[in-house]
Amino acid sequence: MSHRLLITKTPKCYVGGAFIRSESGRVMALHDASDGFFANIPQCTRKDLRNAVEAAARAGPGWAKRSAFNRGQILYRLAEMMEARAAELAEAVALGGASQAQAAEREVAASIERVVHYAGWTDKYEAILGSVNPVASAHFNFTVTEPMGIIGVIAPDDSPLLALISLILPAITSGNCVVALASNTQPYPSILLGEMLATCDLPGGVVNLLTGLRSEMVPTFATHEHIRALSGAVNAADRKTLKMGAAESVKRVRLLKAEEPIDWFDDKMQGVEEIRALIEFKTTWHPVGA
Amino acid sequence: MPAVKAPTSLRRLFDEIGTVDQVGIEERVAKFTTRSLKKKSKVFGLRLAVSMVDLTTLEGKDTPGKVASLCQKALRPHDIGDIPPTAAVCVYPAMVKHAKKHVGGTSVKIASVATAFPSGQAPLKTRLAEVHAAVNDGADEIDMVINRGAFLSGEFGRMQDEIAAVVEACGQSTLKVILEVSELETYDHIRAASFLAMRVIRPGDFIKTSTGKTSSNATLGNNQVMLEAIRDHFLATGVPIAMKPAGGIRTAKQALHFLIAVKETLGDDWLNNGRYRFGASALLNDLVRQLEKERTGAYQAPWNFSEATEGY
Repeated sequence: MSHRLLITKTPKCYVGGAFIRSESGRVMALHDASDGFFANIPQCTRKDLRNAVEAAARAGPGWAKRSAFNRGQILYRLAEMMEARAAELAEAVALGGASQAQAAEREVAASIERVVHYAGWTDKYEAILGSVNPVASAHFNFTVTEPMGIIGVIAPDDSPLLALISLILPAITSGNCVVALASNTQPYPSILLGEMLATCDLPGGVVNLLTGLRSEMVPTFATHEHIRALSGAVNAADRKTLKMGAAESVKRVRLLKAEEPIDWFDDKMQGVEEIRALIEFKTTWHPVGA
Repeated sequence: MPAVKAPTSLRRLFDEIGTVDQVGIEERVAKFTTRSLKKKSKVFGLRLAVSMVDLTTLEGKDTPGKVASLCQKALRPHDIGDIPPTAAVCVYPAMVKHAKKHVGGTSVKIASVATAFPSGQAPLKTRLAEVHAAVNDGADEIDMVINRGAFLSGEFGRMQDEIAAVVEACGQSTLKVILEVSELETYDHIRAASFLAMRVIRPGDFIKTSTGKTSSNATLGNNQVMLEAIRDHFLATGVPIAMKPAGGIRTAKQALHFLIAVKETLGDDWLNNGRYRFGASALLNDLVRQLEKERTGAYQAPWNFSEATEGY
């Protein structure tokens, strides 16, 4: 066994519970820190985005109907899956050379902790965000939350794992589905994340991860009517495109400025406010006897 | 090749009309899905497909109210744009008179399944009475099922006599003969049944794949077998027979594949709703959705097209 055949991996995107190549057949060459060829990453198109939205639409009702406790279990299992492959994730984060090995390990650790953080929130946010409202009539008036549906996530180039997962988690915690576009310059951690999502009992289609050029996908994220909200960190030009499209298709927009430094490690980047940003409130007036 | 123990009558028929090369058909239809239709030609195809839809509701829970909304949808598939009406609505005989109130006098025809749909297992007298009733109530088109039992046991005479009796009962109404391909089991049988039916129906009458009530329905493969039967029959006799695949065609993309099959097998003369139809219910929504996508440039959400949207 001195000469083993070199077994290289074909990175594929995780969409609808399956691992796909782009429908276009196009790929982007990814290089490692020493500028050597590493792998070909799928260059997804607007049609892949469309297919991912269809997959999310199929998965949506089932995921939203899961009990909060069950969603928490599944998210916790995602943390377990990531923990087991933390070293591999750290290598993927450090691949481009943008971060040192130590910084990469720190990013992976923070990502896993963030997953556990939201795993804890699944059965608690409703108690904080929902309410029983005092009204001046013979009604029992209460407000509950509902997921919005399909959330479009556009991750920034930096912090390729932590930023991506920080944007995805608050959406799926409350039962939304996500179609996410990974970092343009460092897409490989999203490929690995897809493999972990596939093994953590998360139903296929709840999270769909695409890789590709932001410039090609942003206009479709903006105009696709089935996507109910956009969450991400993008530059000024993309913010404009996304806001224009969102105004036309009436979707919620929650965008950070990618041109300014974002501290994804900050505790302010997680929590119930992030969940609140991607839910709808439903208030019910229930008549009661006077 | 015909089965080893095929009845003599079937073997004799195959000597005459030839059998089907299954591998060849499947390779041929696989090619249809690789054609690239973009922009103008796509819009043309989608609009054509809308105009070919027999918008169908065949459920035990059908009510006059449900048929009324089906008719409105057939007349005006979408509230924006200039999307054409569908070819027809397709209902049970009891619903014909309700449909008549809404689409009577318009371009949308009323098709009614009859002859103990979907099994066809009723006495001929009963089946013919059902056809008469539907025609008298105002059905422009009758969708009948063939006697599969008779066909499979080699009683072709009986099968053809029954079709001929229904032709007569139809009067002025167009007839569509449902072969129920999933119960015929082989491409050879589909070709044989197509020929037997085509020999007794009138020019402009239809042969139709299936009832939509069994596990497998219209596929590109059995559609192609029937299109080629129509072509061979037309070249031999000059009689044009129309075609209607039904059941299982749910997406606009599938519909375009079927239209490509028609275009490349029978040519432009069959690219109109007098010669080709789609029996479908969900298909219309997707066609309209794709047309809206072409018009606006934005992918559309299902809730704009009267689709179920639970959970959203």
